[in-house]
Amino acid sequence: MRYSGFKVIKEALTGHKGWTPAWRDPAPQAHYDIIIIGGGGHGLATAYYLAKEYKQKRIAVLEKGWIGGGNVGRNTTIIRSNYLLDGNEPFYEFSLKLWEGLEQDFNYNAMVSQRGILNLIHTDAQRDAFIRRGNAMILNGADAELLSTEQIKARYPFLNTEDARFPIKGGLAQHRGGTVRHDAVAWGYARGADSHGVDIIQNCEVTGFRIENGKCLGVETSKGFIGAGKVGCAVAGSSSRLMARADMRLPMESHVLQAFVSEGLKPVLPGVITFGAGHFYCSQSDKGGLVFGGDLDGYNSYAQRGNLPVVEDVCEGGMAIFPSFGRARLLRMWGGIMDMSMDGSPIIDRTHIDGLYFNGGWCYGGFKATPASGFCFAHLLATDAPHPTATAYRFDRFEKGLMIDEKGMGNQPNLH
Amino acid sequence: MIIDHPLLGPRDSSEFTYMGDAKLIDRPDPDADTAARDFYEYGYLRDNPAGWHDELWFHEAGDRSWLVVTRNTLTHEISKVQLARDVARNRGRSK
Repeated sequence: MRYSGFKVIKEALTGHKGWTPAWRDPAPQAHYDIIIIGGGGHGLATAYYLAKEYKQKRIAVLEKGWIGGGNVGRNTTIIRSNYLLDGNEPFYEFSLKLWEGLEQDFNYNAMVSQRGILNLIHTDAQRDAFIRRGNAMILNGADAELLSTEQIKARYPFLNTEDARFPIKGGLAQHRGGTVRHDAVAWGYARGADSHGVDIIQNCEVTGFRIENGKCLGVETSKGFIGAGKVGCAVAGSSSRLMARADMRLPMESHVLQAFVSEGLKPVLPGVITFGAGHFYCSQSDKGGLVFGGDLDGYNSYAQRGNLPVVEDVCEGGMAIFPSFGRARLLRMWGGIMDMSMDGSPIIDRTHIDGLYFNGGWCYGGFKATPASGFCFAHLLATDAPHPTATAYRFDRFEKGLMIDEKGMGNQPNLH
Repeated sequence: MIIDHPLLGPRDSSEFTYMGDAKLIDRPDPDADTAARDFYEYGYLRDNPAGWHDELWFHEAGDRSWLVVTRNTLTHEISKVQLARDVARNRGRSK
């Protein structure tokens, strides 16, 4: 069923009796050409593009819980492509371009809102770094604008540019950045994949891989063995747990990242603002809640909940840059589990096991990457070659010294 | 989280800096034939278990000792805290 304004009006006039489920609930078949493990944003996007763009048939997505119940529903919904390095920026710009056409592409309202993102500048060194970053973005076809203190004053009059602990000396803006309704991304991709014949199988946990003579023949699941020509893993957050079942050790640690939403307020914050010096960033959702977050808790965790020192740290950062938010009450807070890779960049690559492919290591930047991650992983699965924008996301880059280390932190995952 | 420091007693985890898997104590032999491969694995690959995990915590805002904390990554429960020095010596390191 195609959604449209006409359809909404027709259903409103006829008692909403014509709506059907957005996707089927099929039982797993004995064998698929391609199995995607993980029904989050990346896994569903992969299945969608495999079916739609790469014309693959007989695809299944296996999800241990319900689709969209993991990190795609536990993030702060920001999209942007303000990266510096060659290995990253073309990929994230590709992703932003896919976001721009996504709703028409999969016929689903994902509330893509290009309200802009602003990175604040407080020092000369930071300005130099952001000028360089802005130039790198423009060279890769993205948009970037360096704003002066006066321009910031005019556009964001509530920011303290005079006597704050970190006086604002400008900012780097990407006007095409913004926010997206995150759950709708999972639902839209699920519906789109399903309409192209992909089986989305929920409550189906993968408990192991059947690997013989260096080839992956399928997966053992809570619903029995399912054979596959190719298996793609897209379970960021739990990648190490899953790949350990194929006797692989990954270059990553799992860390918890907390995020917060305040009660709904009248519009107070245009766009997304990041306050890097205070380890804080914030946007306002369409419902009015202030959506904000900060640093990782900093220790290995699979608990999906953090601890109070980081709550205090994030709120201190928020109060430093937006003192007016101090009166807002916190509505919800939660933790998501991140694959923190050793250089802060992801992996989309084949494994040493024939027929087993991997997508993960998204650190805390996975949401904005969802469309391109799916597209590039689909490309890899369909053609056995990396997509041109994802050639750097290799497993062996750590061994070969080809790290993509945006922050220059080295192999300390909790600092990326 | 409260870390029960062997010398100082219970301390808030925010006094510490997390330094990763305690297997980093076992630095590979740089003279081995397989040193390049060993150091790649040592530097970059992690078990990253869901469950009990021995890990290094540096008491940066305290006595600057390094601890090996046995902590459950699913619950954040801490079952054991040792001085990293003692652990390293028990594994044959000189210091």
